[in-house]
Amino acid sequence: MFASYMINGWIMATIIAVVAGAVGLFVVLRGMSFAAHALPLGAFPGAAAANLLGISELWGLIGFSGLGVIGITQLAQRQRRDVATALMLMALLGLGTLFLSLSGHYAQGVYALLFGQLVSVSRAEIWPVLALGILIIAALGLGFRPLLLNTLSPDLAATHGISAGRADFGFLALVGIATAMALPVVGALLVFSLMIGPAAAARSLTNRPATALLLSVCLAVLTVWVSIAAAYISDWPTGFFVGTLAALLFAVARLSRRFHRLP
Amino acid sequence: MSTLTETLNVSALSVAFPGRQVLKDVSFSLMPGEVCGLIGSNGSGKTTLLRTILGLQAATSGAVHLNGAVGYVPQKIAFDMDMPLRARDVVGLGLDGNRFGLPLPSLGKRRKVEAMLRAVGAEAFADQRVGDLSGGQQQRVLIAHAMIRRPRLLLLDEPLANLDVRAVADIVGLLHRFARDEGVTVLVSAHDMNPLLGVMDRIVYLAQGRAATGKTEEVVRTEVLSRLYGHHIDVIRVHGRVLVIAAGAADEIPIAIEKHPVHVCEIP
Repeated sequence: MFASYMINGWIMATIIAVVAGAVGLFVVLRGMSFAAHALPLGAFPGAAAANLLGISELWGLIGFSGLGVIGITQLAQRQRRDVATALMLMALLGLGTLFLSLSGHYAQGVYALLFGQLVSVSRAEIWPVLALGILIIAALGLGFRPLLLNTLSPDLAATHGISAGRADFGFLALVGIATAMALPVVGALLVFSLMIGPAAAARSLTNRPATALLLSVCLAVLTVWVSIAAAYISDWPTGFFVGTLAALLFAVARLSRRFHRLP
Repeated sequence: MSTLTETLNVSALSVAFPGRQVLKDVSFSLMPGEVCGLIGSNGSGKTTLLRTILGLQAATSGAVHLNGAVGYVPQKIAFDMDMPLRARDVVGLGLDGNRFGLPLPSLGKRRKVEAMLRAVGAEAFADQRVGDLSGGQQQRVLIAHAMIRRPRLLLLDEPLANLDVRAVADIVGLLHRFARDEGVTVLVSAHDMNPLLGVMDRIVYLAQGRAATGKTEEVVRTEVLSRLYGHHIDVIRVHGRVLVIAAGAADEIPIAIEKHPVHVCEIP
C-alpha cells in the first residue's frame, strides 16, 4: 500500500483533502453546497476539451471551472443563486457533451474523471496541484476574518467595508480552483463529498471558528487516508469509502451535538 | 471641542429608488449623548435612512455629516444555529473583522472583548453559540459588536422587534446607559415609539417619505402628525403611553397609516 507507485497518490490525496476540508467549511457555512456540487460536474468536460486542444487537463478544468464561477456570479445578481447555479451547470454540461463526443476515444477518461484515479499520479502532476493548494490555503488564511464576518451577515460585513459581491466572487473562485485541482484525482462526483462531509461534521463539534477550520481539514485528511487504505485492502473503489465515510462522519457529529450540547 | 458640536447632521436628504421616492427632504441633527427614536411604519424608509447615513446607500440630494466613528446594528440577523461562532467571537469580529490574516490570540484584544461583554451584560453566555442565544441576548451581542470600537454614534435598526417586554426594557436601558454615561449618540429605529418614550430626547418621525423632527413632545402632537400623514390623526396620552389613532372611512385612510404604528379606527 506504500509501494513507490502509490506514494505520489498518497501525497496528492493529502494535498487535496487539506484544501477540500478548508474550503468546504465555508461552503457549508455559506450554504453553497449546490454550487460545490455543480462546479465539478460542469467542469469535468474541461478535461476533454483540453485533451482535444492538446493542453494540460488541469488548465482545461480550471478554464471550465472559471466559466462556471463567472457565470454563477453574474447570473446570481438577477435571480436566485440555486437557479443561477443550475443554469450554468446546464450550459456547461451541454458544452461538455459536445467536447466529449468530438474526442470520441475519451470514454475511458470520462470514467476516471467522474470517479477519480489515484494510482497513476506522476511526480510532475503534483507540483501544480501543490502550488494551487498553497495558493488557496494562503487566500483562506488571509481572508479568514472578513469572509467569516460576511458569512455571518453580509449586511454587517458591509458596514466594515467588506463588499458582499467581492466576498462572494472571491470565495466561489477558490471553490472553482479547488474543484479543478481535485477533480482528476478524486473525481467529479466525490470532490463534493470531501468538501461537505468533514466540514459539516466539524461545525457541529466545536463552537470556535478557527478550531472548526482545523478540524474540518483533519477530518478530510482522515477520510481520504482511511479510504485509500480500505480500498487497497478490499479492492473496492476508493470513492465508495470516501462517500460513505464522509456521510458517516456527518451523522456521528450530528448525533453527538444532539446529545451533548456544547457549552 | 467635539462635545459642543453635533455628532450627526442630516440636511435636506432625499433618496430615490428606481420608480419610487423613499425619502424627501429629511433634515435633523443629533448632539452627543442624545437618544433619538427613528419612528415609522414598515416601508416608511427607516432602514434606507440608516443605510444612507452609513454610506451604504447613495443619496439623490442632500448631505450627511458625521463627527466621529459610527457603529451599526443591522435589522434582525437570522443567526445560523450551525455556525461555529461564540458570542465572544462575534464581539471580537467587531474589533478586527475587516483585518486580513489568521486571528492570533492577543491579550489586548481579549481584554477589550471582555470589557465589552461586561458592558452589555453578556459575560454569562459569552462562550455559547450565537445561534443558540435568545433574541434579547443576540441583540446584546450585536450591540457589543458595534460598540467595541468606541464609536461616537450608534445606529440600530429595529433592535426591539420580536423581543419580549422584559428584553425590550433591558435593551432600552442599555442604550440609555451608553448615551448618558459615555456620551454616545444613539439613533434607534422602531415601529412603536412607546418603549423609547422614557429615554428619547429627540424623534424623527417618518411617514410617506417625509420626516417630522424635533423634541418628542414637539413632534408627537395631533397637528404635526396630521400634517405629516395628510390625514387627521389623534395623539392620545394614557398611562404614560402614546396612542396614535387615525379615524375615518376605510377608503379615506392613506395606505401609510394602515400599518403600525397608527391605530386605525374605521368609521363607516
